[in-house]
Amino acid sequence: MMNHSQSTGADYNYTIVRQFALTTVLWGIVGMSVGVLIAAQLIWPQLNFDTPWLTYSRLRPLHTNAVIFAFGTSALFATSYYVVQRTCQIRLFAPKLAAFTFWGWQAVIIAAAITLPMGFTQGKEYAELEWPIDIAIAIIWVSYAIVFFGTIAKRTTSHIYVANWFFGAFIITVAVLHIVNSMAVPVSLFKSYSLYSGAVDAMVQWWYGHNAVGFLLTAGFLGMMYYFVPKQAGRPVYSYRLSIVHFWALIALYIWAGPHHLHYTALPDWTQSLGMVMSLILFAPSWGGMINGIMTLSGAWHKLRTDPVLRFLVVSLSFYGMSTFEGPMMAIKTVNALSHYTDWTIGHVHSGALGWVAMVSIGSLYHLIPVLFGHGRMYSMKLVNVHFWLATIGTVLYIVSMWISGVMQGLMWRAVNSDGTLTYSFVESLEASYPFYFVRFIGGCFFLTGMFIMAYNVIKTVKASKDSLPAIAEA
Amino acid sequence: MDYGTFQGILTIVVMVTFVGIFFWAYSKHSKSKFDEAANLVFTEDELAKMSKDSGDQK
Repeated sequence: MMNHSQSTGADYNYTIVRQFALTTVLWGIVGMSVGVLIAAQLIWPQLNFDTPWLTYSRLRPLHTNAVIFAFGTSALFATSYYVVQRTCQIRLFAPKLAAFTFWGWQAVIIAAAITLPMGFTQGKEYAELEWPIDIAIAIIWVSYAIVFFGTIAKRTTSHIYVANWFFGAFIITVAVLHIVNSMAVPVSLFKSYSLYSGAVDAMVQWWYGHNAVGFLLTAGFLGMMYYFVPKQAGRPVYSYRLSIVHFWALIALYIWAGPHHLHYTALPDWTQSLGMVMSLILFAPSWGGMINGIMTLSGAWHKLRTDPVLRFLVVSLSFYGMSTFEGPMMAIKTVNALSHYTDWTIGHVHSGALGWVAMVSIGSLYHLIPVLFGHGRMYSMKLVNVHFWLATIGTVLYIVSMWISGVMQGLMWRAVNSDGTLTYSFVESLEASYPFYFVRFIGGCFFLTGMFIMAYNVIKTVKASKDSLPAIAEA
Repeated sequence: MDYGTFQGILTIVVMVTFVGIFFWAYSKHSKSKFDEAANLVFTEDELAKMSKDSGDQK
């Protein structure tokens, strides 16, 4: 294993990386616990205890915001601050501003965790937070950009490593998306109305929504992939040339895919078709990047037998490949006519969110935590392996149950009798979904258990005495 | 120039730029620079160890 090296000469700012790395684990547990709770509520509705702030409608945005912006974005902060320092071989620019991004971001997370259960929402998916919090996010995000690009500007290396291109694109695009989509007229401290209306509002929302997927949940995590996969495999990326073409193709195409969220709506038909075609083309750069990551292991496949950290990273790429095949397919209008509004969509999202985003983050953290706290490896590599299997089985249970439930719902909803009446009522399709909701709940429990094991392993690693956790010698 | 023509020209410009990036990335001229960049992930002592490893395999 190559992760024991500390002697890089430069004196890096690891404090901020440590803070974000540890909060990633904490917010992962919080966000996924809420997810498991609302999955249980769909089977046993009485679990809302007739309490307004425990109802599904309020907890669902809390779950999505917590896993995307608290768990996922903390992982991105940690890894981007780490990678930009290491590959630019310079200490982080503006350390006080960096500290501000940490404490500011935590404050935003707490504010979200309070206001969403209270029912304050702008009603836009993944952009529910009310205007005062939106302004705080914008300020923190611009600070993040200053720290990140400031570090790149004063780098000592001549080249900007490809991971930083992906992180940079993610930071700039999320700033633009967030500010444009959150434009609103406030009427009170907790209530505002969007500046846009009708179909334009829907299009702006899904331009934001799909690029949150494309740039936050894809480009940012690809930055992670381009550093941690080569690092953990101990060999440079399969093709640096491909990584450049991958970058430009991905960022040029993703921005056009949003309309596929609005098939068969009031959006003009040509816009829907454009979104569909662009989504189909997007398959090429997605798979180019996945192949580039996986092929980095060529000649080092044997490491997968012994290294559970590498296993996390490679399996995350496999899930990325799966969901970026599934996505373009679901964007085809005729397929979408079956899949939209069904559980298939939920399954697709979690194939990306659990299989790709969470697993690449977890793998990167298992590499990162020992380095940050001066150890050669995690406290227990056995528990890392246990976590790997829990996460993999949990993800598979989740997505398979949602595929079956979703396709079944789609077929039941469109079934008509010979006289043109609907064969099934909505409630009949809901009843048919119950067994799959239970399997989904079990899958979620597997994944969450893995996160608790990770937390235990991380605490033990952080508290371990110096030199007690030497790196495993390479076989 | 009407809007449709403008969009058409823009499409061609973007396409030519992308093809340009492709040829630049795969040109012989860039190869050594990119090999160097790909190794930015590793620090010097790790690089020394890696070249020793690959030496052992030969």
